[in-house]
Amino acid sequence: MITKFSKLLSVGALALVALVAAARAADTVKVGVLHDLSGTMAISETSLRDILLFTFDEINAKGGVLGKKIVPVIVDPGSVWPIFAEKSKQLLEVDKVAVTFGCWTSVSRKSALPVFEKDNGLLFYPVQYEGEEESQNVCYTAEAVNQQAIPAVDYFIAQGKKKFYLIGTDYVYPQTTNLVLLEYLLSKGVPLANIGGGYKKDGSGKIISAGKYTPFGHKDYQQIIAEIKDFASSGDACVISTLNGDTNPPFFKEYAAAGLTADTCPVVSYSIAEDEFRSLPAKDLVGQIGCWTYFQSIDSPENTKFLADFQAWLKTTTADGVVKEGRVVDSPMVLSYDGVYLWKACVEKAGSFDVDKVRAAWKSGVSFVGPGGKVTTQPNMHLTKTVYIGESKADGQFKILKTFPDVYGEPHLKGTFKAKE
Amino acid sequence: MSAPAPTGSLLRTRHLEFTVVGVLLVLLTVIFPLCNAHGLLSDFTITLWGKYLCYALLAISVDLLWGYTGLLSLGQALFFSLGGYMFGMYLMLQIGMLGSYAKAGQNPAGLPDFMVFLGHTFLPLFWRPFNSFGFAALMVFLVPGLVALIFGFLAFRSRIKGVYFSILTQALTYGAALMFFRNDFTMGGNNGFTDFKFILGHSLVEPDTGPATMRGLFVASALALLLVCLFCHWLNGTKFGLVRQAIRDGENRVLFSGYATANFKLFVFVVAAFIAAVGGALFVPQAGIINPDQMTPDKSIEAVVWVAVGGRGTLIGPIIGAITINALRSWATQAYPDSWLIILGLIFLLVVLFLPGGIVSLPGKLKALRGHKGKPAEPAATRA
Repeated sequence: MITKFSKLLSVGALALVALVAAARAADTVKVGVLHDLSGTMAISETSLRDILLFTFDEINAKGGVLGKKIVPVIVDPGSVWPIFAEKSKQLLEVDKVAVTFGCWTSVSRKSALPVFEKDNGLLFYPVQYEGEEESQNVCYTAEAVNQQAIPAVDYFIAQGKKKFYLIGTDYVYPQTTNLVLLEYLLSKGVPLANIGGGYKKDGSGKIISAGKYTPFGHKDYQQIIAEIKDFASSGDACVISTLNGDTNPPFFKEYAAAGLTADTCPVVSYSIAEDEFRSLPAKDLVGQIGCWTYFQSIDSPENTKFLADFQAWLKTTTADGVVKEGRVVDSPMVLSYDGVYLWKACVEKAGSFDVDKVRAAWKSGVSFVGPGGKVTTQPNMHLTKTVYIGESKADGQFKILKTFPDVYGEPHLKGTFKAKE
Repeated sequence: MSAPAPTGSLLRTRHLEFTVVGVLLVLLTVIFPLCNAHGLLSDFTITLWGKYLCYALLAISVDLLWGYTGLLSLGQALFFSLGGYMFGMYLMLQIGMLGSYAKAGQNPAGLPDFMVFLGHTFLPLFWRPFNSFGFAALMVFLVPGLVALIFGFLAFRSRIKGVYFSILTQALTYGAALMFFRNDFTMGGNNGFTDFKFILGHSLVEPDTGPATMRGLFVASALALLLVCLFCHWLNGTKFGLVRQAIRDGENRVLFSGYATANFKLFVFVVAAFIAAVGGALFVPQAGIINPDQMTPDKSIEAVVWVAVGGRGTLIGPIIGAITINALRSWATQAYPDSWLIILGLIFLLVVLFLPGGIVSLPGKLKALRGHKGKPAEPAATRA
């Protein structure tokens, strides 16, 4: 009974949708938004949904893409990873969206990816990630490891740091980043003894894991901090942290309690941006390092206009569930924003919404001057962009210390750096 | 509900249950796949409903313990996931040289991608037999069954009951999830298994043959569900089934009547693990991913909610509950992405308040309201 009824219902709904769609298809284009609006990732990903809606409104106000207005199809996978595959399928096969903007965690991307490859869809992925991937169906606006982790290490080396402690949450992004960093540090002549956190070898003696790992939601950092304190006693050490969101507050509390400071042993955190500061003890983090391809504090006409427009949009928007107070922007948000404009530029260059043509336009190199500076698409589906190193301040913003312009996004880094003999 | 005496009305109810299940499953095994093959039903719908059927198996395994035996297990997602992982290992090894590293020429051994990722150069020993479908299928039963046997043996021998049993099962699945999250456990860590390509030589992704494979999986899920329903139906009618319900309603009396209740419970616990594991094994190729998140306690609790909403202590209740809630969820997360949790929460509340016997008790209630013929059925008592 239930099945019959739901079939009847869905047939009816489909007919209705088809009718409405037929009436509107002429002047609209459907675009998928695949971000978690509930569950553990909601705190990060609702911000991306918001910025996407803002971008769509901004583009629609100026006439849309190829004369068509963008109509977002928003779905909520609810931080349940298998649902990402289901929702991707729905967006591609039922709603037939032209492009999808979405995913945050690696596992959500890995869940959605086979569907995008099978149905030849296009997914724009905006969050720093571990690399080792180059799907023809994903446009990686995200920071690759060499656009975040390596510049930060370069910065510390230039500061005269000799010892590097690697710590992260146990999942693929930290594991891979730290392996690449280990190779990179060895290639810079840093001896293995000066790389903290330990390492693991396989049967053949090859290092397969570097750094210290704690599980998701880990709370007790006393022992690890004691180890770091010991490691940093020589005064020329720094910590490279790929700890994930909710483990950061206990980590930094313990760090401050042990008497460590940004002066004695600075920490660079690859997973903390302006948006995460909303839930962090800012006073424990003053002077620590962040490294992204965008900071809200960037002083450029594009960024000033972007910030003003976003705040103005927040005041007037009627979209459901948008938090209007105390909003900041950060790198994943700006890369989402850039992604929409790059997609628009690719579609216009291709003169079509067809995925193969849009991909060809992406590979030919398309540029957009966004809030974080110029970004250019690459044949390997990644982006060339500017990398910034910043120091956190008590108000949760970053003071920019150093800029690396036009860094080429390189997803395959493992094995590229050879140790000095 | 307190176990009613096996009267004519109960037999009629059972007969009705059986007919409904039969009709439903003929619809699922014959009509739906035929519609799909002829383009009347989209591939998307078939895969989606295939997943619901697997969830229904999980729900039945919860109901077998909770509804029929009075054991509220909050760890059934563990057995579901273990079944999924065992079959997932087979699926991972079927990818072979089609993984992204192998395509780039960086994976001569054809290892699963996540192993190359972590720097492994050879397949760990315990992975090797999973090349064989038969072995993997055997493990789908053996591993969850063994875990259930050992855990159940210890728990029931120590007469752990009620809420303590629930807490222990929850701890068991949580502990397992933490273990599977570890990357050096070589089960894929947080990302788990994904990107499956073949099952028994049939492609899961090719545009021309993939849909047929998915259809096959759908039919397999429907058949598994049918078999499990038949089994449960048969079990209900046996003396064993009655002892089981007696354990639910007054374990001490059963014990003092000379029955070794621990053995009965252990048997049911292992059978429930088998059922959940089959659901998990069929779920994985259809969902396209298995990761440790699937075995966290809240997934088990979700399944308990399905059973509660559908109607526990009945054969079709858990099936209706699992399908209704998941279909509702699929629909609401798209139609109301911002408020679907509130909608679902409201439905749970309404069911608990007004339909304590679940959706299956709705017709009886309506009948009672309309005709005042006889007393409405006693709502199921809440007992852990």
